[in-house]
Amino acid sequence: MSTSQTRQSIVIRLAGDSGDGVQLMGSQFAASTALHGFDFATFPDFPAEIRAPAGSTFGVSAYQINLGAGPITTAGDAPQVLVAFNPAALQASLPLLEPGGLIVLNSDSFTERNLLKAGYDHDPRHAGELDAYQVIEADIGRLNMEAVKPFGLSKSDSGLCKNFWSLGLLLWMFDRNLQPIIDWISRKFASKDVFRDANIAALRAGHAYAETAELAAALPQFAVDAAKFAAGEYRGITGAEALSLGIAAAGELAERRVLFCSYPITPASPLLHRLAQLGEFGVGTFQAEDEIAAICAAIGASYGGMIGVTSSSGPGIALKTEAMGLAISAELPLVIVNSQRGGPSTGLPTKTEQSDLYQAVYGRNADTPIPVIAARSPGDCFDAAIEATRIAIRHMTPVILLSDGYLANAAEPWLLPDMSTYERIASNPAPKPVKGKEAQAQVFDRDSNTLGRPWVSPGVPELMHRLGGLEKDLHSGHISYAADNHQAMTQMRAAKLAAVAAFIPPQQTEIGPASGDLAVVSWGSTYGPVYQAVARARRMGRAASHIHLRHLHPFPANLGNLLAGFSRVLVPEMNMGQLASLLRDKLSLQSESFCKVSGQPFTIDELYREILRQLPSGSEAAQ
Amino acid sequence: MSKPLLPKDFATSQEVRWCPGCGDYAILKAMQKFLAETGCRKETTVFVSGIGCSSRFPYYVDTYGFHTIHGRAPAVATGLKLANPDLDVWVVTGDGDGLSIGGNHLLHALRRNVGIKVLLFNNEIYGLTKGQYSPTSRVGTRSPSSPAGSLDRPLSAGAFALGAGATFLARAIDTDKQGLAEVLAAAHAHEGSAFIEIFQNCIVYNDEVFAAFTDKARAPQHQLRLRQGEPLVFGAANEQGLALDSHNLCLEVIDANREPERVLRHDAGNKLLAQLLVDLQDPVALGVLRSTSGKSFEHAYYESLPGNFRRSASINEALRNTNTWIVK
Repeated sequence: MSTSQTRQSIVIRLAGDSGDGVQLMGSQFAASTALHGFDFATFPDFPAEIRAPAGSTFGVSAYQINLGAGPITTAGDAPQVLVAFNPAALQASLPLLEPGGLIVLNSDSFTERNLLKAGYDHDPRHAGELDAYQVIEADIGRLNMEAVKPFGLSKSDSGLCKNFWSLGLLLWMFDRNLQPIIDWISRKFASKDVFRDANIAALRAGHAYAETAELAAALPQFAVDAAKFAAGEYRGITGAEALSLGIAAAGELAERRVLFCSYPITPASPLLHRLAQLGEFGVGTFQAEDEIAAICAAIGASYGGMIGVTSSSGPGIALKTEAMGLAISAELPLVIVNSQRGGPSTGLPTKTEQSDLYQAVYGRNADTPIPVIAARSPGDCFDAAIEATRIAIRHMTPVILLSDGYLANAAEPWLLPDMSTYERIASNPAPKPVKGKEAQAQVFDRDSNTLGRPWVSPGVPELMHRLGGLEKDLHSGHISYAADNHQAMTQMRAAKLAAVAAFIPPQQTEIGPASGDLAVVSWGSTYGPVYQAVARARRMGRAASHIHLRHLHPFPANLGNLLAGFSRVLVPEMNMGQLASLLRDKLSLQSESFCKVSGQPFTIDELYREILRQLPSGSEAAQ
Repeated sequence: MSKPLLPKDFATSQEVRWCPGCGDYAILKAMQKFLAETGCRKETTVFVSGIGCSSRFPYYVDTYGFHTIHGRAPAVATGLKLANPDLDVWVVTGDGDGLSIGGNHLLHALRRNVGIKVLLFNNEIYGLTKGQYSPTSRVGTRSPSSPAGSLDRPLSAGAFALGAGATFLARAIDTDKQGLAEVLAAAHAHEGSAFIEIFQNCIVYNDEVFAAFTDKARAPQHQLRLRQGEPLVFGAANEQGLALDSHNLCLEVIDANREPERVLRHDAGNKLLAQLLVDLQDPVALGVLRSTSGKSFEHAYYESLPGNFRRSASINEALRNTNTWIVK
């Protein structure tokens, strides 16, 4: 067996109990991966319970990372390396593992009790079922205890260090520098010397253990090709980080402060946590008493001249629905972020899905059109936030920005943008008061291109006016129940949505020609696996193109024509075919749905096989 | 310097559409008079309302106004106050809007001490939806939705506000110009949340529901007018007084002339006294029941943010304020 393997890319999965610190270990490994110049994508996959019963399969928390030369756009299909902290983690992860893969087991967790809790009636290590894999066993629990013994921690506190012990081992396998992790631990535990020293000792011990090869089988070292990135400055970033920075950046571009109003909900809360730290960038956060109060406070902030932003996940968005209608009626800017999760009802709080597209596009009483856009990758959340704010302010409308649980938590390397290259976000200015013309009419004097009205907030002299949810006269802005007027106002709101389409860029293809046998159309976080699957299909001579939608409502004006140029359209979605319905509704386009609602992202392989099913034989040389 | 504004300057071009004889007219008039006499500026005054008869109020005042959705006015007003703490923000609501569908928001706005002035028009009935019983309706109220009489026990708006931790609580009667003017002024001067319950007569669906103490002839015997530091006395010649029954821990009515030393003096800073007064059924306590100082939510909020919520750093820095690496 070779102890040194060179690869283009490698997928690693770390799995343990919810309390084992797997997520922290994973995110630190990702940080190290970034600093060593690899492309990567991560997938934190954890249960809804904070501390699910120890040792149970449903309590397994996992962190998957795909790293290599790139371009890497998914966290990878089948892991080649699994670190399992207990039998339950092995039980839950083994079906995912690539045959021949490496398993690192924490052997002293393989007690009869833990095996039973994981649903094993035998020890899988001795039953031949791991024969297809390379298995390395280490008494991680005991070795870690020995390493941290000098620090006099309690037994349970000592046990908490084992994620850093394991990280040390993993860092040796990938020939990584320990220093950045040691620096991070030193900052994290700056005020707790004992914990700092114990964790560093555990990290070094794990690393030394791997290096001195006290193992029966040699622990392999992996050399992975570094990525060929475009030149520039990079950082690792999660979707929640990028979205929060994007919201702050939008405020800077609009030269307005931001009030982010939210109520805690999984998986949207990381956004609130991040933004709560961005005060110096003109961002305030308000934790409201409920979802309705959150959106209403955001509307109040927009009325007051700040950029009002609210955020939730599907169930919370449902509660905000009535208030969205108010923002449409009052013609106020507002950004509504939905970090989607599996449903219905409470559903799968920590698992990803993209099943709130209907809710975003159609889910309100009356004719209440709202622009809807979606982010496609963690880093892309930054630009998506700016785009949502730009539309909201330009057209004086609420805008829904769709993210999802996967994007919120996943990380990737990100080429840092230069803010000086972004166009600033201009508000429709308050009009100069005109004698003889009522202020009420002046504040509803809409721009003929955008149909956005002037953004006039309390405090401006001579433009006192009344806003509300009652229907108002198209011109005077006063309450009006007149039949013709309601017709005209409803049409104006529809025309405003159409006006948005006139401002968004035409739809392009990601890969492949702009016409052909098959277009694979994706939106949101399925971008990564669809991109890779289409790229693979093209390498295999299949005439497939990838089209990815940022703008879902309205669609880019040329989308119908573009898709008409393909014999078939395949729409993979993590729902039961919502974009496919939308395409049929808005463009009368018949497409094929490929649906997955397992709470897990698509794998490249299953998408690739579906493309082959659609295009059984190669019809074009791709290169 | 522009000339001082008159009450009529605070009227809008819109025809007022409450029922003839509705108590809301008197409240609107008192408010316009108050705004003019206090020298409030139109552009920095905002009325935010929910849904219901009372919530049409903003359409009739020529300041800024926002008629929002049912029950949510305190939440919208909170966002507005955070966006611009310098505004005078009045919330106009009713017993259904503020205590039923919007009870949660009112609770939390008062708890946080957001500097909004809440006027709750209590008529113990749903008016705009045509007369159903409300959360303040008395047990046995016959209405289209309770033909045999309502079963729900009523909520006391004042006790609710105190329970929520309101730093200011006052009561007034719609047609009592003097009493209304006094509590509006006191609320306006208060730093945090001010909650005013206004007993408002719905002439169509619940006429004379408060007549037991608002009726002119009965008023002296059944209204207790609170004044800070003054004795708690009522009656045509202030001959009755309130004293503490220390044995039963409640208020008792005594002869103020015979035992003047036992008559309590009003102290709006005393929470226990406010709790005793708010529960008093007869006489009904009017005026400022509770007023205590405390920093408003919005001021605490701005102080908690770097540079008083001023942008002091560029986002280009924030993006790079982490471990980064350069690819050449």
